[in-house]
Amino acid sequence: MKKDSWVASPFMVWVIVFTVVPLGMVCWYAFTDASGAFTLDNIAKIGTYWNYLKDSLVMGVVATVFCLLLGYPLAYIMSRASWAAQQTMMMLLMLPQWMNFLLRTYAWMTILENNGLINHLLESVGMEPLHMINTKGAIILGMVYNFLPYMILPIYSVMEKIHVSLFEAANDLGADKLATLRRVVFPLSLPGVITGITMVFVPSVSTFVISKLLGGGSNMLIGDVIERLFVGAAPNYNVGAALSLVLMVLILISMAIMKKFDDGEETGGLMM
Amino acid sequence: MKKIVSLVISAAMLLSALCVTGCAKDEGVPMTGEEIYVYNWGEYISNGDDGSLDTNKQFEKETGIKVHYLNFSSNEEMYAKIKSGSMTVDVIIPSDYMISQMIRENMLEKLDFNNIPNFENIDEKFRKPAFDPTGEYSVPYTWGCTAIFYDSRYVDAADVDENSWDLLWNEKYAGKVLMFNNQRDAFGVAEAKLGYSLNSENQEELEACYQELVKQVPVVKGGYYGDEIFDKMESGEALIAPYYNGDLLMLQESNEYIKGYIPPHANTFIDSMCIPTCCQNKSAAEKYIDFMCREDIALANTEYIGYASPMSCVVEQLDEEATGAFFYPSDEKLAECEVFYVLSDETNAFLSQKWEDLMNQSK
Repeated sequence: MKKDSWVASPFMVWVIVFTVVPLGMVCWYAFTDASGAFTLDNIAKIGTYWNYLKDSLVMGVVATVFCLLLGYPLAYIMSRASWAAQQTMMMLLMLPQWMNFLLRTYAWMTILENNGLINHLLESVGMEPLHMINTKGAIILGMVYNFLPYMILPIYSVMEKIHVSLFEAANDLGADKLATLRRVVFPLSLPGVITGITMVFVPSVSTFVISKLLGGGSNMLIGDVIERLFVGAAPNYNVGAALSLVLMVLILISMAIMKKFDDGEETGGLMM
Repeated sequence: MKKIVSLVISAAMLLSALCVTGCAKDEGVPMTGEEIYVYNWGEYISNGDDGSLDTNKQFEKETGIKVHYLNFSSNEEMYAKIKSGSMTVDVIIPSDYMISQMIRENMLEKLDFNNIPNFENIDEKFRKPAFDPTGEYSVPYTWGCTAIFYDSRYVDAADVDENSWDLLWNEKYAGKVLMFNNQRDAFGVAEAKLGYSLNSENQEELEACYQELVKQVPVVKGGYYGDEIFDKMESGEALIAPYYNGDLLMLQESNEYIKGYIPPHANTFIDSMCIPTCCQNKSAAEKYIDFMCREDIALANTEYIGYASPMSCVVEQLDEEATGAFFYPSDEKLAECEVFYVLSDETNAFLSQKWEDLMNQSK
């Protein structure tokens, strides 16, 4: 085993150059001032941004829950479908991903606008137009739409590997469909669920494009604040780095909590 | 079997995608092996669309120097990338106040005007602008003013007063009004409305501007945008918005009812070509700047972009509809307009704080 570890060296170099070193730089900036001297002021300033942090976390959680509610059943259906149907569904799932993320979000802008597609449809059937753009709901929709595949794919790939004989065995032992789902499929799919949650929650919490395009600038999230601190009119890399660091720590904490309570929460989610 | 078919199809798609990018390369142009990196605003050069001249390609054809063309969406973004060293480019085209800031921080090279003979095409009044008082660092590319655009189908003519900024505060059009999403431009509008200098560093005045912007929050209803203003005016999603005068013709192409006017004390800007100190090939960069000042090239660019040209010889050749007082305001009108200067760090930080407060108000 050990002899082959050199195979991993390109990856190690990659991780060091593109993850470890940048992380070190973030820490360095977060704990120094403009002149490079050690300071805790940047961390102390985080309090003033608490509102943005809270909004981002709440919206990230909501988007993740929606993705899970939508994605889990679909992943299950996909994994039990015929091979051809699986391929078709996979294709339909991946097709929008071939288009640039920015363009997809732009498209939602024109769909949700007051003068947009949905309101044109509503008007044509004589209904009152809805105000959707520039709201929190629009941002969450954007997150769910953009990150849903990242929930479905890991769950699907785990479920697909559950052998048919397990279902037969459950059936033989008298479990009905629901019991099989709860006692066999669900526990086995947990690793996929956890990966899915991570892959949706992290980009949702840190997004800044979706909130800018669908939130109309006034629904700033923590990602927007960090972006402004780096490329805005009054850049402050140190506070920006401190905020990024805090965001990372918060994400790590939420992941740890989620892993711990996952079991109970999930069973509840499936009962609906 | 199906697996093979789908594999073949995906491979074919991949190949065709590669081919679109790969095969688009020009053949038959003798390249010198030299190359330059040009960093400009989006949609800010004649690029061959709609039968226009692709000026970058033309440059490559005539000089054999390969052009790598990159876009930025704000002066600050461009500044951050160059300052941090994450980007080395040879020609940049920032706006006035950013040029003065970069001069102050020794980020620009002095130009050798012997290599830019076409500079003589630039009108005298643009040669030594206030942001580059010695005129050694920059060559004007385009200029323009902030204007108010409105959709004349839905906006009452009685509400339009070309001598004020009030239309942007008119509650009758609440939710249909857009506002700039960068603090400098947004505060600039408030400063112009209240009659303050657009370069005010007086915190009392800026506080008053902030209050004015707070009053505007229920009218704008969260519609703070940058370049998206163009699309939203074009589609009729918004009825009233501040934007740059040079975009009117392009907007009218898709919505002929859009009209515009330049309110008093508007911001006027000059975007100029400069060479940053990270430049790797200064003589090629100067060749590029010179090329962009050549009459036929400048004409193609001006026709495509729609923004005002600092070259009379170009303006004379434009269509009449593109040279009206809206695009080339009279000298009296310009005299009351103001160019942005670089603000002190303290004022920038103050404005940033106020801007965040404003965004919190409009949640």
